[in-house]
Amino acid sequence: MSTDTNVAVETQFCTFHLTNLMFGIEVERVQEVIRAQPMTGVPLANPVVEGLINLRGQIVTALDLRRRLELPARPEDLEPTNIVVRTSVGQLSLLVDRIGDVVDVDQATFEGPPETLEGVARELITGAYKLDGALLLVLDTEAAVRLPGVV
Amino acid sequence: MSGIDEIVGEFLIESYENLDRYDADLLALEQDPTDAEVLSSVFRTIHTIKGTSGFFGFDQLEKLAHVGENLLGRLREGELPLTEEIASALLDTGDTLRRMLGVIEETGEEGDLDVSELAERLTRLYEGEAPPADAVAADEPVEVADEPVTAEHEAAEVADEPPAFDAEGNPIGRIGDLLSERGKASPEDIAAALEAQQSGDARRFGEILVNKGAADPEDVEAYVEEQARSSGRSVSDSSIRVDVGLLDELMNLVGELVLARNQIVQLVNDEQDSRYAGASQRLNLITTELQEGVMKTRMQPIGNVWNKLPRVVRDLSLAVGKRVDLEMVGQETELDKTIIEAIKDPLTHLVRNAVDHGIEAPEVREAAGKPAVGQLTLRAYHEGGQVNIELSDDGKGIDADAVRDKAIKQGVITAEQAARMVEREVLTLIFSAGVSTAAQVTNVSGRGVGMDVVRTNIERIGGSIDIATEIGQGTTIKVKIPLTLAIVPALIVSTAGDRYAIPQLSLIELVRLEGEQARTGIERVHGSPVYRLRGRLLPIVDLSRELERRGEHDEEREVVNIVVLHADGQQFGLIVDDIHDTEEIVVKPLGSHLKDAALFAGATIMGDGRVALILDVMGIAERARVVSETRERADSTEQFAASDITVTERKTLLLVEVGDDRRAAIDLTEVERLEEFDVSAVEWGSGREVVQYRDAILPLMRLADALGVGGGYLEEGSMDVVVHTIDGHSVGLVVGKILDIVEQEIRIDHLDDRPEVLGSVVVQGRVTDVLDTHALVGAGGQDSFGSYAGV
Repeated sequence: MSTDTNVAVETQFCTFHLTNLMFGIEVERVQEVIRAQPMTGVPLANPVVEGLINLRGQIVTALDLRRRLELPARPEDLEPTNIVVRTSVGQLSLLVDRIGDVVDVDQATFEGPPETLEGVARELITGAYKLDGALLLVLDTEAAVRLPGVV
Repeated sequence: MSGIDEIVGEFLIESYENLDRYDADLLALEQDPTDAEVLSSVFRTIHTIKGTSGFFGFDQLEKLAHVGENLLGRLREGELPLTEEIASALLDTGDTLRRMLGVIEETGEEGDLDVSELAERLTRLYEGEAPPADAVAADEPVEVADEPVTAEHEAAEVADEPPAFDAEGNPIGRIGDLLSERGKASPEDIAAALEAQQSGDARRFGEILVNKGAADPEDVEAYVEEQARSSGRSVSDSSIRVDVGLLDELMNLVGELVLARNQIVQLVNDEQDSRYAGASQRLNLITTELQEGVMKTRMQPIGNVWNKLPRVVRDLSLAVGKRVDLEMVGQETELDKTIIEAIKDPLTHLVRNAVDHGIEAPEVREAAGKPAVGQLTLRAYHEGGQVNIELSDDGKGIDADAVRDKAIKQGVITAEQAARMVEREVLTLIFSAGVSTAAQVTNVSGRGVGMDVVRTNIERIGGSIDIATEIGQGTTIKVKIPLTLAIVPALIVSTAGDRYAIPQLSLIELVRLEGEQARTGIERVHGSPVYRLRGRLLPIVDLSRELERRGEHDEEREVVNIVVLHADGQQFGLIVDDIHDTEEIVVKPLGSHLKDAALFAGATIMGDGRVALILDVMGIAERARVVSETRERADSTEQFAASDITVTERKTLLLVEVGDDRRAAIDLTEVERLEEFDVSAVEWGSGREVVQYRDAILPLMRLADALGVGGGYLEEGSMDVVVHTIDGHSVGLVVGKILDIVEQEIRIDHLDDRPEVLGSVVVQGRVTDVLDTHALVGAGGQDSFGSYAGV
């Protein structure tokens, strides 16, 4: 993630929503987006681990981003969407409320994490792009999938 | 790959295989130096390598093989005895040849490995000289390609030797024969060339012929090539070599196919059309057969790993001045290649350990009245879908006390922990890092993997390791490993709405309790649930509780399903909500976020496409403290007071409280059942206290009264009753409280004048009477109890 504002590079982000916030992940990290999948819970695992899904024969661990970002729990009737991402620890699915568009952003509109963010979210957000009428919060994917207490 | 590369590749593979046999043959020869057949085989191996490498122009390889062959030639002629020194030199030759082949394999070139020192050693031995007083100076390379080497050359060799053999024992066509057979040279010329060679002509056989004009150089060249080729054609036509990577890929694909098959079969079950059923049935069968077939291609005899061991034992026993005879039984036992790879190092380490630490020096053995040569036996056999490998030595055994002391000293366990451990547990400490009983650390014990790594490696492939030892008699280490890793049969169970797979390897049996049994079958001893399985108390673990998923879990179950499992030599029962089928599952690893989830060994995809977790039986046993249970019991095993000893017996005792804070113990084999009755349930019949119990009337006996200690009558609440059955009649012994179950050695002294007391022991620091239940009930008037039978 470059914060070099001198070069006006266009970067593409895959956007998604959690509560009333809009986030973005670099497009090249995203392998695919799939609707809610049957989930197998893993007892005694880190609470952020929502469970395991079957991705065409591969077993992929799904992390609940709401819980990771310490946001309020997702309402029962809201089926989460899986964003399957490639990370340094392999394929993972990130559960989000709703998937958004892929947007092009201008580096010039980038700023540090907004003051309104608190706690753990602040550590996992590298900054924000000021879009028209909304802030796009950039998720530090690698940091987000590194769970406290899990090597 | 060009044609010549292919031939070189084949040469390499052949040579590796031959060298493996070469090692084995040499070791066999050391045992029996008179075996001419084995000696010929050794000779042929080197001879073939020499011949073929000469053909390819690998000069160094050829030279080394040549001096080795010279030495072997003298052995074969009986001119030299096979000494230890010669055997070592020949074994080193094999190693060096392997290294040189390795370089060729990697680079395609021969490389510049320096073989002069070894060649000199071989030559010296060949000449029958004693080694020079000072060590061989490395800076004094002996010209290997000197006289004895060039004196005879490949073609000559082949011509004047009895027919050479290839790896399969087929004679290799001799150049002379080939030429004469095809009319390219006259028999006379060939005989003359042979004679010239035998009388000291140093030229190649073919060279002599060509120089004489008796044969066309092109013909000779072509036949030399044909000859070299024929030596590489030993692989039976019925087999082909397949890249392991390809087999791995096939295995993965079959794994996926098995999953898809499971899914289809499940879908078809919901389908009415019988055509689908027929097709899916066939798919099912074919998949199973394909799976078995592919798995078979990956199976290898365990001997492939073992064949390195005789050499390891030989070298090591020489190095540490011991004499060890290694016997191997069951080499043909087959295992999946990945497992073979995985157990290679642990097994080697165990063998080294046995030689280094287990077997004593010859003089020590003789002093102990044992044969000077130590016996090491390696045994492999199939048993219930797994492979057992046993390594036993007749060495000094392992001193559990020494292990204990060492473990305490190394801080692996505390003295308190140590005091609580039984011997078997102490022995397993040798698999902990930092615990070694070797009085002195040799260069052997410091090398390679430690025993902790041995255990880790074996457990990682789903195996287990157990140790039994007797001081002065020897040690047996038993390793159990699964046949294959990728696809394993597993029992599918469900609990709290989720399915779990339990590898069949850990499964012993299934127990189902219904109705009355479901409510009373699980008893509690000291707060821990147990089930009485054929007279033995089986610790019970509730899966939903261990997983902290209490969903539908309820104390009052209609049906209790117990899966009896074993882990680390301990049995325990796992309560699950439902037991489903046995299925072949494809084991998939868990992601890095779940690596430390000790309760799960992986995950798999079920027929409906959903993921199910595979339970790690060992992990569950540890979490539920089933494995440590013996520790707490051992805690209470202490010395006892009685000094007038008549009989010593080891018994499991039920500890109860009687009357006002007195304790008594009842032999657990005399205990039918432990019950709890409400005081209000006690009725009066035939002049005795009774309760209604299991559709019958159970007479009660107040233990406090019987022992004359008084007290213990409660106005309300519940009372603990030990049900004792004799000759089909049950009696309920009312005790103050059920305390614990302990295992204890009791020495029965009949000095006690009370007939109902067998003797006294000290349990958990308190003097406890061991009751003779038969005498007790008899004293209470057994006949009167008996009258209730059948009511």
